[in-house]
Amino acid sequence: MSLAENVRAPGNEGEVPFSQRGPAPIETVASFGFWLFLLSDVVMFSGLFAAYSVLADRTAGGPDGLRLFDRSYVLLETACLLFSSFTCGLCTLAIERRSVAATYFWALITFILGAAFLGLELSEFLRMIGEGASPTRSAFLSAFFTLVGTHGLHVTLGLVWLMAMMAQVATLGFLPIVVRRLFCFTLFWHALDIVWIGVFTIVYLGARW
Amino acid sequence: MLGKLNWDAIPFDQPIPFAASLVVLVVLGAVAAFTFWKGWWPYLWREWVTSVDHKRLGVMYALLALVMLVRGFIDALMMRSQQALAAGGAQGYLPPEHYDQIFSAHGTIMIFFVGMPFVIGLMNFVVPLQLGVRDVAFPVLNSVSFWLTASGALLVNVSLFVGEFAHTGWLVYPPLSEIAYSPGVGVDYYLWALQISGAGSLMTGINFTTTILKLRAPGMGYSRMPIFCWTALSSNLLIVAAFPILTATFAMLLLDRYLGFHFFTNDGGGNPMMYVNLIWAWGHPEVYILVLPAFGVFSEVIATFSSKPLFGYRSMAAATLGICMLSFMVWLHHFFTMGAGADVNAFFGVMTMIIAVPTGVKVFNWLFTLYGGRVRFAPPLLWTLGFMCTFVIGGMTGVLLAIPPADFVLHNSLFLVAHFHNVIIGGVLFGAFAGYMYWFPKAFGFTLHEGLGKATFWCWLVGFYLAFMPLYALGLMGATRRMQHYAETEWRPMMLVAMAGALVILAGIALLVLQLFVSIRDRAKRRDTTGDPWNGRTLEWSIPSPPPPWNFSVLPQVQGVDAYWNMKQAGQLAARQAPYETIHVPRNSAVGVALAFFTSIGGFALVWHIWWLAIVCFVGLLVAALSHGWIIDREMAISPEQLAALDRERST
Repeated sequence: MSLAENVRAPGNEGEVPFSQRGPAPIETVASFGFWLFLLSDVVMFSGLFAAYSVLADRTAGGPDGLRLFDRSYVLLETACLLFSSFTCGLCTLAIERRSVAATYFWALITFILGAAFLGLELSEFLRMIGEGASPTRSAFLSAFFTLVGTHGLHVTLGLVWLMAMMAQVATLGFLPIVVRRLFCFTLFWHALDIVWIGVFTIVYLGARW
Repeated sequence: MLGKLNWDAIPFDQPIPFAASLVVLVVLGAVAAFTFWKGWWPYLWREWVTSVDHKRLGVMYALLALVMLVRGFIDALMMRSQQALAAGGAQGYLPPEHYDQIFSAHGTIMIFFVGMPFVIGLMNFVVPLQLGVRDVAFPVLNSVSFWLTASGALLVNVSLFVGEFAHTGWLVYPPLSEIAYSPGVGVDYYLWALQISGAGSLMTGINFTTTILKLRAPGMGYSRMPIFCWTALSSNLLIVAAFPILTATFAMLLLDRYLGFHFFTNDGGGNPMMYVNLIWAWGHPEVYILVLPAFGVFSEVIATFSSKPLFGYRSMAAATLGICMLSFMVWLHHFFTMGAGADVNAFFGVMTMIIAVPTGVKVFNWLFTLYGGRVRFAPPLLWTLGFMCTFVIGGMTGVLLAIPPADFVLHNSLFLVAHFHNVIIGGVLFGAFAGYMYWFPKAFGFTLHEGLGKATFWCWLVGFYLAFMPLYALGLMGATRRMQHYAETEWRPMMLVAMAGALVILAGIALLVLQLFVSIRDRAKRRDTTGDPWNGRTLEWSIPSPPPPWNFSVLPQVQGVDAYWNMKQAGQLAARQAPYETIHVPRNSAVGVALAFFTSIGGFALVWHIWWLAIVCFVGLLVAALSHGWIIDREMAISPEQLAALDRERST
């Protein structure tokens, strides 16, 4: 191609194709990188989902999902998590207004709902283990505890991250780097919801063996 | 207190690992003492260990790869010499449990700690320079990636001194790798080392995908990116999509081994073949993670040394992305013998053969680039030509193996071993060496000795053919892989030829080291002041060698493929210096080495079930990562005056 036809006209951004406009601003770069991380995390979960699907009927004579799962209990769990996503969204709005008090308030509600979800999940796990349905009982239970537990581990890390972010807001204020991280946290939190919807559908609603 | 660890873990009774351990410890101690005595520690800490400069990290990756290449090659020599001896009734000098560890370590090291770091090192060094930008998207994360890779490599090497390595082959197939059949720590070393380095690779994938898609010099649209950047993009997309599968799979095997889960066990409803499926869903893309950047190196080298634009730039980029996608649809060809049935095997066989199409496109593009070019036979081009001949043979034996009925005969034979060494040595390693010899002057500002480079190449090429062509024949004669000894004495002559080939490759490695030594010794004479010793075409040759930490004092304006070549042709070199602006360079960070410190010790603690230490290290990781979050002042500004002064200083 000739050199002349691609000379950049200064002050005339519209004519330069998007891919030729030079390095993107840091906000774009940071959130793009975090989206990629979330995608990789989804791939990781897909491995666990695949394993669960393969092993779901391998109960080795032990209890199956239909006997173990209490769907209305799980619905309550789900409600906690999904509602926490909503409050997390309200937290984002508070961050955009740079309102410290509202940010703390909605972050606290998000934290409480997330912790409630975790508490419900843990007590479900303990109940199952108490009934002899521990992960060492069968391949089905190994896959169940690993898939659901990995999601729970993500929620736990999310709660630690949320606390750390509130400490950052308290000590550093709404610096651009802090706001970027808060934005990444909200993405992470919503992504956990999406994964949970997969868990709810495939594990709990899919239990019919 | 120390879990399973006690004095029995040190191999006092096995002379080979014990002596090797002592030698390594003495060498490490000597290096540490020498650098300390010279007073280099503060320099090393400041300029290398805590550096977040992609060029420095690239050099460290390559160094790690070269050191591990020697380690992995010693394993190869031991296997070749064992098989040269242990024919008929003879048992050779390596007992089976040691031999099993050697072939497992050889494969693990060569793929994860030679291939990966070499390829990632080249991408680190080259990609931002070719894109015309000042750094990768996340410089600190880049340093974390490197140190996690190094941490994994360290754990693998520690297994030589303390305990054992896996006996199970390089992909630790269950049920053999389950606790019932591998109760030792070998598999645990393998799993934790690869979980740690795998996390590093994943971060690299995210970092470089973001860099290539979001950070390019003004004017560098996708259709103007150097082809190496296209291949790096494909490779990193594959890392992002494939490495999490590896993490999940290893996590399941770890749960089986540590907590008695039943993912892959024989009992409790586990399914060992699920492991094999999952591991190859990562493993086949991994092949392309390694070889695509090598294709990129060859493309750059062949255009530069033919003094011509690359033939079929667009078809090359398309073929790269085609291979990138197809690589996810062929994993089952690694185990046609699983018994999935004719339909499934036929699908995967056909998909595998289809990959030969874009690969063939590439080979013809390279040939047409050479055609009519003013070809200079410098070492990087020799590697490229050697690759083209060798890789085509490897590709054709690959297509043979892709035919399921043929695979039933050849599965797990030495024919297979010959095939994948043919493509990995002829493709990945030759590519890494081509890239090393091509970009070395850019990294250090002086050229490598050309004669020794050519000698290195010829030793590797001849050695490769001597070592692996007999293996094809042996495979067809029925020799299986991983034999500690064999009854058929008629195989022995060809085993001896293979042994001779390994010795020729040894000479190649020695010459490689000698080339480096001689070139460093004569560096004053070999200084390259132009920054463009090969008459290059892409942006990395437009800046001084070695480049300043910020690469480009003024971001280049790109106006087509082969941006630098165009600038040279248009005589724009003097005119293109726009006025300087204030730029920001990232400050050093110790977080990478701190995290690697905790993962190394924590990994060791987990291998030996030293739970309290593992918990301490986990808390350490968390504290290091969180406290890094409070380091806000991460960049240094460099004013236009400083830039101008530094540029003047460099150009004199």
